[in-house]
Amino acid sequence: MKYTEEHEWLRVEGDLVVVGITEHASEQLGDIVFVELPEEGTTVAKDDEIVVIESVKAASDILAPLDGEIVEVNSALDDNPALVNDDPVGDGWFFKLKVTDLSAMDDMMDEAAYKDFIG
Amino acid sequence: MTDLKRTSLFDMHVELGAKMVPFAGYEMPVQYPMGVMQEHNFTRQHAGLFDVSHMGQVILRPQEGGTVADVALALESLVPVDILGLKDGRQRYALFTNDDGGILDDLMVANRGDHLFLVVNAACKDQDIAHMRAKIGGQCVIEVITDRALVALQGPAAEAALASIVPAAADMRFMDVAVMASDFGPLWISRSGYTGEDGYEISVAEDQARALCAALLERDDVAPIGLGARDSLRLEAGLCLYGSDLDQTTSPVEASLNWAMQKARRTGGAREGGFPGASRILSELAAGAARQRVGLLPEGRAPMRAGTKLFDAAEGGAEVGEITSGAFGPSIGRPMSMAYVQTASAALGTELWGEVRGKRLPVTVADMPFRPSTYKR
Repeated sequence: MKYTEEHEWLRVEGDLVVVGITEHASEQLGDIVFVELPEEGTTVAKDDEIVVIESVKAASDILAPLDGEIVEVNSALDDNPALVNDDPVGDGWFFKLKVTDLSAMDDMMDEAAYKDFIG
Repeated sequence: MTDLKRTSLFDMHVELGAKMVPFAGYEMPVQYPMGVMQEHNFTRQHAGLFDVSHMGQVILRPQEGGTVADVALALESLVPVDILGLKDGRQRYALFTNDDGGILDDLMVANRGDHLFLVVNAACKDQDIAHMRAKIGGQCVIEVITDRALVALQGPAAEAALASIVPAAADMRFMDVAVMASDFGPLWISRSGYTGEDGYEISVAEDQARALCAALLERDDVAPIGLGARDSLRLEAGLCLYGSDLDQTTSPVEASLNWAMQKARRTGGAREGGFPGASRILSELAAGAARQRVGLLPEGRAPMRAGTKLFDAAEGGAEVGEITSGAFGPSIGRPMSMAYVQTASAALGTELWGEVRGKRLPVTVADMPFRPSTYKR
């Protein structure tokens, strides 16, 4: 698993990368009441705002961690956005990305580096 | 946070694990470890305990040889509300208005027999006190209470919880006020609140507040609740937040608060007018206002928050208003908002569109409260 400074996690599954937010991020956001996901088939560039998370406090954007194409989104979040709080690194995933260049992940934080990052 | 004030319950909040945030010049608990959503639900199912000590408590007494009626008449010169008709032991919602008919603050006024007791908003209290001193300081004695905490106990278990400390509290009805002796000194109790639930607001000496809260929190059916849940609870109940849904530019008629202005102060009433902004407010009461505060239910699950612009068509069309409060309503299982819209778009059932992140999403003008209130009338 790799991590971004935006508190996303990335897990390689075959030729796809599954993306969600970390437990730390979901705790900081508080109870999540709505997740707006991108459309499947959308081509995204790194740092595009592609997901909006509404918590009981405020709206936050999630950025595309890499260039690629959104091939699948977690539509279970439409009816049950609380999955992001309950299981952020499992059932609370956001989307699967077909990444243009997987080697771009090499520079991202591993778990130990992310733990240092959040202190 | 060096300039922020603390209530006498600050240490308790920290010990309970609250997340403290700046609010109206105070460091206040926004949530406890339970979290906003569960705190909201706990209040609806059991009882929530809220620290509202940041709010202003003010007593207005008659001058030497005067009566509470003199004080009531003095206060009536600042509010479009029937204070003279407020009976001993009863409380009423009121509004300070300005000369343009805008709202300076909203408040509670209680008649406690030989004086009036006011509770005003934290962010407005200094301004309210200065306003009263300047305008009616010569007609009554204004006593600002600085040594008492204020807590709210709200929810279906509130009656049993408070009655375990002061049994007579169970006999009070909605908007009754009473002073009751207790193990924690005299409690100034009103059966009211800001959640749409049955419940109480309790003023207690600061040095007894901690012990009173401990006695309530010892019960399984009482939990501490922060400002986060307080906001979603009040919004489900259709209650205004001053500074968001009401301000100096909104008149009471625009704010759909006609019910708060009794017959005695209206055109043809026994004490017609005689409050700041009366000409505008009386004419709006007769002819209506150009815009109105309404409730909105967005379709889908995306909350529409304050600042969202409203349109009368999915594309093009005219901008007809703006949202002033919006959140997800845990008890109604969907988002809800309050907005000001042009009167032509204010009828129940009107379909409008709110622009969220560049997209127009449908909303319907809906009746408030969004969740029926459970006051014990």
